Amino acid sequence: MDEASLAGPRERALAEAPVRVVSARVGLGRRLATLWSRRELLWGLVFSDIRIKYKNSALGIFWSMLSPAFTLAVYYMVFSLFLKNGIPNFVVYLFAGLVVWNMFLTAVSTATGVIVDRAALVKKVSFPREILALSNVGAAIVYFVVQIVVLVVFLAVLRHAPAWGFLWLLPVSFLALAAFSAALSVVMSAVNVYFRDMKHLIEVVLQLWFWLTPVVYSYENSIAPHLAAHGLSVLYFLNPVTLVVVTFQRVFYVTPVVHSTVTGQVLHILPTWSFDRFFLLNLALLGLSLLAFVVAEAVFGRLEGNFESEL
Amino acid sequence: MTTVIEVRDVTKQFKIHHERHQSLKERLLHPRSGSTELFNALRDVSFDVGVGETVGIVGHNGSGKSTLLKCICGVLKPSVGQIRLRGSLAALLELGAGFQPELSGRDNVYLYGAMLGLSRRTVDAVFDEIVEFSEIAPFIDTQVKFYSSGMYVRLAFAVAVNVDPDILVVDEVLAVGDERFQAKCVDRIQRFQREGRTILLVTHNADQVRALCDRAIVLDGGDLVADGPTHESLRVFRERLLDEAAEHDPEKLLGTIQIESVTTPSGSFEVRNGAGIHLDVTVSAQSAFSGNFVVEVFTRAGLLVSRSDAQGAPVNLAPGANRVAVDLPSLPLLDGVYDVNLGVVDAHGHTVVAWREGAASLQVIYDGREGGIVALGTAVTQL
Repeated sequence: MDEASLAGPRERALAEAPVRVVSARVGLGRRLATLWSRRELLWGLVFSDIRIKYKNSALGIFWSMLSPAFTLAVYYMVFSLFLKNGIPNFVVYLFAGLVVWNMFLTAVSTATGVIVDRAALVKKVSFPREILALSNVGAAIVYFVVQIVVLVVFLAVLRHAPAWGFLWLLPVSFLALAAFSAALSVVMSAVNVYFRDMKHLIEVVLQLWFWLTPVVYSYENSIAPHLAAHGLSVLYFLNPVTLVVVTFQRVFYVTPVVHSTVTGQVLHILPTWSFDRFFLLNLALLGLSLLAFVVAEAVFGRLEGNFESEL
Repeated sequence: MTTVIEVRDVTKQFKIHHERHQSLKERLLHPRSGSTELFNALRDVSFDVGVGETVGIVGHNGSGKSTLLKCICGVLKPSVGQIRLRGSLAALLELGAGFQPELSGRDNVYLYGAMLGLSRRTVDAVFDEIVEFSEIAPFIDTQVKFYSSGMYVRLAFAVAVNVDPDILVVDEVLAVGDERFQAKCVDRIQRFQREGRTILLVTHNADQVRALCDRAIVLDGGDLVADGPTHESLRVFRERLLDEAAEHDPEKLLGTIQIESVTTPSGSFEVRNGAGIHLDVTVSAQSAFSGNFVVEVFTRAGLLVSRSDAQGAPVNLAPGANRVAVDLPSLPLLDGVYDVNLGVVDAHGHTVVAWREGAASLQVIYDGREGGIVALGTAVTQL
């Protein structure tokens, strides 16, 4: 074999190849660029996560629907039938909010433990580690999409039309939620390496978080008047999930003001904001969430350096 | 020559936790305790590797060779210094670490490929080749958890070597699989060499380094102690091993015996092919010792020609100077210089008590036109 002919082009190509640097500190820009260049690994991991989870069950991904469906049924019975909150079509209101909350919950709670759980991989194969956390967010998004499909079918069966004019809020709001979930997941997965009980702590925090988010109750109807009296309405919306939940409820539940099915009184269920106001708020949330993600990447980069000593 | 790997002043520190407080609760309860110690796995290591070189990294356990390799692969980040790489890199570190037991072999090939940085299309293109190389075609759609450990490793190796890396990093993995598969792996590595790829090979098997590498780097306790042609680096490596053995030498034998000098009756180390040579060795001993004498003959390229039986040549050394005669009755070797290493080992042939690397260099003269190392005197007759 003519060795020169084989070695030649490779050497020439290599002389022009970009240089990769491995060092203690990696710049944020390079970090994000590397992450983007490895997106195919992210899809691969999301796909394999889902494959593994439902590999041995005949109903496959529909198992992922079972738990949300059960939750939906229980909350519907408790709040609408037993406690008689008087909200008409409460199941639609509940469904719209739960879909959002489930995605956030699934993403953060599965991603928190992932670096520790996959320690063997982290210690042996080189790839941007946050992809592991992001793959859990990706899987949560897949379940989210499936749940949205179920929601749409559900609405069709109930002949309940969404607010067509507000439909364009959904992609912006969804992206904001995805970016925020990703940011929190990336940070928590790294923190959990140092504080192993974070996994348990986050579960408690997420439970509290759930009740601070207007999924099973109406913010406008129950809390807003009290907060407004003290000028603290803003406080409630510091929870980024709230805006997304309210937006989804506005799109799918549609009517902000209804008459109670129990007393016949007027109920203010949702904010009566215009499309523009919803849109701008969601856009702002998207911007802040993307910023949070960049900060999360920087934090992860700082914490990642000592993973091998801690794992 | 283009440099593909540049290691610059790389230091890697590990924190060693004596008492681990790995939860928030524990850290709140014991804010100050939990002592940690810094440990330098690598200290100021610098070297360059040019395109097409095959470099061996040797060192005993804990010398930092695996840490260095992991830094080069990017699994670990150096604490100080940096590593610059050109071109794509595939690492054979602990094969199959990226496999998901629940997925089929096929899915794992794609997932592992993605971990190595390959697109789906790239893997598609070489998929058949990977399966063929791994020899597990009938099981490719079986979940990997049902694979034998050999199948597991073969599949991982097949992916890594079929992905067209510019740099291949191999860590001790040639010790896997049966002998035939090992030969296939070595074969593939040699093909990579011919194709001008750069290879880093980490092992503590000196014979493998001799067989495959042009250059070797020796690490000892995190320091780079030698970087040069394979046979010179391996000499340093052996000396270090002896030094280390001396520290753990219960009977304090090492150093008490020295191989002082090697001479021949004529004073010349030239020998004709087929003729013999007689070496006169002087060995000094501080106290009486009964053991065995070992003789190794290497080519200059570092290929082992012969190593004598470590239990077959008993010597009884008396305190003071002893003379040992080494006879190589007929050398069937071809033209070239051959290095002779001499040593004294214990009666069981396990522990080296004295060693002299390159004790003599033989110049063999051969007039024939055969190529290789050994003159077989091959005769071909047409019938």
